[in-house]
Amino acid sequence: MSDLLVTLILVAIKIGLVFAVILTMAAYLVLAERKILGRMQLRYGPNRVGPFGMFQPLADVIKMLTKEDTVPDQADKWLFLLAPGLAAVTALLAFAVIPFGPPLELFGQKVPLVICDLNVGVLYFLGLSSLAVYGVALGGWASNSKYALLGGIRGLAQLISYELSMGLAVVPVVLSAKSFSLTEIVMAQKGLPFIFVHPLAFLIFLVSVAAESKRVPFDLPEAENELVAGFHTEYSGMRFGLFFVGEYINMIILGSMVTVFFLGGWLGPVLPPVLWFLGKVMAVSFFFIWTRGTLPRLRYDQLMHFGWKILIPLALLNVVVTGGIMVWLNG
Amino acid sequence: MNLWRDLKATAESFWVTLRNMFRRPVTIQYPEQKRQPAPRYRARIVLTRDPDGDERCVACYLCSAACPVDCISMQAAERENGRRYAAWFRINFSRCIFCGLCAEACPTLAIQMTPDYEICNRDLLKLVHEKEDLLIDGCGKDDTYNFYRHAGIGVVNSRGGNEDELPPADIKTNMP
Repeated sequence: MSDLLVTLILVAIKIGLVFAVILTMAAYLVLAERKILGRMQLRYGPNRVGPFGMFQPLADVIKMLTKEDTVPDQADKWLFLLAPGLAAVTALLAFAVIPFGPPLELFGQKVPLVICDLNVGVLYFLGLSSLAVYGVALGGWASNSKYALLGGIRGLAQLISYELSMGLAVVPVVLSAKSFSLTEIVMAQKGLPFIFVHPLAFLIFLVSVAAESKRVPFDLPEAENELVAGFHTEYSGMRFGLFFVGEYINMIILGSMVTVFFLGGWLGPVLPPVLWFLGKVMAVSFFFIWTRGTLPRLRYDQLMHFGWKILIPLALLNVVVTGGIMVWLNG
Repeated sequence: MNLWRDLKATAESFWVTLRNMFRRPVTIQYPEQKRQPAPRYRARIVLTRDPDGDERCVACYLCSAACPVDCISMQAAERENGRRYAAWFRINFSRCIFCGLCAEACPTLAIQMTPDYEICNRDLLKLVHEKEDLLIDGCGKDDTYNFYRHAGIGVVNSRGGNEDELPPADIKTNMP
């Protein structure tokens, strides 16, 4: 009984910690993005609220919470109200399976530093990232606005297309690790991170992840200069904030996935494992921000061609070749 | 399609953004750092005085006629010695577009633009400047010019007494 209680409390503490850390990180990722983009464009970025603009996320939250929450006249009210939550929750849920450190010894119990070490973690993650489409699609559809609808349709097509190449890019990793559990996948990279073993899969995964999190150069669902704000055109206040923060949470989640699948997770010398994990996630996030500062947005047909005609065939080929080599090596 | 060229260009653009990230931003942090505008910058308008310390404005209405947004208004008056002046003079800075046409039109160099750009205000009525707000104690850009020393009207010196003038001809005589 008391064992169960301790386990429950530990799980609750872990969930609380992860929740707090992710939300704070997402908030500060917004700030980091604005500052880094600013520096790349020879500006300072926000630096007025508090020292170095450190309280800017707080100010933004206060602003968004106090803004009017409008619902368009002809909107499908319930779906409209539901969609932002869907976007943020699906993003948050994915973190349940991500291991951010090796198991700890606490109170004579072995505490794995992952909320739930599912043995099908990879599938869970892929499933949730498919569900993330609903936030975009429903939000775009329920707004009853042309811009939002166009953004939603684009988002739908884009996310579904790039999901394929993302899933296919993970296959070689699963083949090498011989497991669907993310902890096992990290442990399999003890000798050499998979980025060196499967460089092509890494590249495909990175591109697909950028597309999945709707980042530049794949930000067609919200393309400012053609669709106003795409699927969240009609949203205001904290509902817009949820979409916004959901996008950044997504960036952290997908960054963690890149870290787990290819960069060796928490593994690393000298520094504590959790720091290694955070550092790697931040490096991936920085790369996304860097990309945003560098690349222009793709055209819609280019996006589709790139996904279906280049990435997916390449990923398939990669799976076949990797499988062939593994069969050849093992006998 | 030249794959190698495309890849190289993409990598190069990443290098450009990374390099620029470590350069000094060009932003001027406004309330703390202020840019020194050029001397001929067009901002707050003033009325200047001539070198002798008297008002330059002769209330000719040319500035208010030139003003494209009609923000200048005045009332002309005249002293006993024939010197004209503005009884009141008003510039509505909430309308002014700082085009400088008034200063260009002014025949006596009275109305001039200054580089003082910090005149914004929450109270619109405070942006309506009266003559006492506009008049300054200096000559502004040209500190030698006095209209009445060239005008041929006996205000500063007697008629024809200015340097570049001849005394008035006596029309009753034929002598040169």
